[in-house]
Amino acid sequence: MSRYVIQRLIMAVVTILAVATLIFFLIRLLPGDPFSDPKVPEDIQLRQKAYYGLDKPMYEQYYIYIKNIVKGNLGYSLRYKGRTVNSIITDSFPYSADLGIRALIFSTIAGIFMGIIAALKKGKGWDNITMIIAILGVSVPSFVVGSLLQYFLAVKFKLFPVAQYTSTLHTILPTFALGIGTLATLARLMRTSMLDVVSTDYIKSAKAKGLKEYQLTWKHQIRNAILPVVTVVGMNVATLLTGTFVIENIFAIPGLGKYYVLGIQNLDYPMISGLTLVFAVFLVSTQLIVDLLYGFIDPRIRVSGKRGD
Amino acid sequence: MENTLNKFEHIGKDIEQGENVSRPSVGYWSDAWRRLKQNKLAMIGLVIIIIYVIMAIFGESMVSFNFRSNDYENMNISPNSVHWFGTDALGRDLWARVWAGARISLMIGLVSAVMQMTLGVLVGGVAGYFGGMFDLIVMRVTEILDSIPFLVFVILIMMVVGSGVIPIIIAFALTGWIAMARLVRGQVLQLKEQEFMLAAKSMGASSFRLIAKHLIPNMAGVLIVTLTMKIPQAIFAEAFLSYIGIGVMPPQTSWGQLANLGAQNMQVFPYQLLIPAFFISTMMLSLQIFGDGLRDALDPKLRK
Repeated sequence: MSRYVIQRLIMAVVTILAVATLIFFLIRLLPGDPFSDPKVPEDIQLRQKAYYGLDKPMYEQYYIYIKNIVKGNLGYSLRYKGRTVNSIITDSFPYSADLGIRALIFSTIAGIFMGIIAALKKGKGWDNITMIIAILGVSVPSFVVGSLLQYFLAVKFKLFPVAQYTSTLHTILPTFALGIGTLATLARLMRTSMLDVVSTDYIKSAKAKGLKEYQLTWKHQIRNAILPVVTVVGMNVATLLTGTFVIENIFAIPGLGKYYVLGIQNLDYPMISGLTLVFAVFLVSTQLIVDLLYGFIDPRIRVSGKRGD
Repeated sequence: MENTLNKFEHIGKDIEQGENVSRPSVGYWSDAWRRLKQNKLAMIGLVIIIIYVIMAIFGESMVSFNFRSNDYENMNISPNSVHWFGTDALGRDLWARVWAGARISLMIGLVSAVMQMTLGVLVGGVAGYFGGMFDLIVMRVTEILDSIPFLVFVILIMMVVGSGVIPIIIAFALTGWIAMARLVRGQVLQLKEQEFMLAAKSMGASSFRLIAKHLIPNMAGVLIVTLTMKIPQAIFAEAFLSYIGIGVMPPQTSWGQLANLGAQNMQVFPYQLLIPAFFISTMMLSLQIFGDGLRDALDPKLRK
């Protein structure tokens, strides 16, 4: 197990460095020069270039870039004068993280729960209702869900605040809008997984031993069915992360996603590269956590130190 | 006894007739089609897809407006007998815009899905079939690229290649091949070890023949299903990009862009969001249920 953990940790670090390299070269491929503004005096342009090391040869630039990243220095925003990308991240990340974690918890618990109910009541009313919600959840874009919720529940019926993110009541609509897609995916997957498990031999033998219905469902069916779902939860973190771009825009939440979109619209390169890197680090760490968690849930991995398919 | 015996006459064995197949044989594709036809939901999906495709081609010419002509006298008009879906904030007819947008959205979906598949089959196929160093490198690269969120990666590429329809397709192709290559590689690795491959190889089939005649036909089902799943993904992603303002550029339009413009006027003219949202959602739904049906129909494991 410890060898597996170390192996995964090394892989994670290598991945993040590779992502940083990719961003470095993609940014160098961009047309234009961020400092060639005719309004800025030439000596300042030169100083700016010197600060970023843009006057140095490519390999040295790359070295400095990586050194800065290792130190955790992501540079200055081009749009917000005098603010570092780091300070923007520390200001806005708590909002995004809060929204993301709420959406993740909501969609995971509700999705798995709905999938279980649908599988246990297969073919009955509950199953149909759950599956209709699940199909709607994957078919309707999150910005449509967000706008509709905002219009009907907040503007028309005044049940929730329209925008901003200051109290628990404010968080409900954005959480729902962000989580509905993931909820739908997980509900469908959990249902399929549950139905797959029903026809396995160990369920049959547990039944033959005379186990009670609830014991069978809880101890055997759900515990085994949840394994593939855990992997997908990890993958859906990325969906939730990018989902915040539009949800934060709709509900005027001052989170990372909003800055990312603004960064794109303003061609704020250090901001984009810095935030992309943050996203990548976030994603790699969640994948790592999910993988390690998988080891605890599934004893087969703990023994072999490998992920068996 | 004699009488009964006379009633039976020995006619001998007709070997030729015994070998004859009396019923037409049901091949893989006709069997799949037969099963797909029984799936009502999937057929409804297919019909909706066909209707939308036809309307994307002819819908705009059914009205006397085109998708970019402004009419400043008739701005933000609710749906009526002249403007079937109403007009937008610049007085453009929404019916014409919805179908012009459908053209772009569907094209982005289809073309980028086909390109992703081509790239994925090439890279994944070579990696899986020949293995070795190339396989190792490809797998490490896909692992790394996988840790950048899909849409973030698309945005980064689009910043280099620019905005518009073709850059979107390029960006989707460059990001989407990863999952496809993995899938194909897995399939190839699985099929490579099967007996029919060994048989073909021992009869002296060349690599090209093995790939073209044995590997690809056996993967076709999985590939087609993935293709139908990739199309809604691309339409969805395009809508997302247009929504945050870097997708399809005006005057061209797409469903995502229409929804974005509609969302801005949502509080006053909800129909401007509801109409494009309806079409995005029903198209998504149809593609999903059709894809599901297709998977059930093409999956040999479900054959009885």
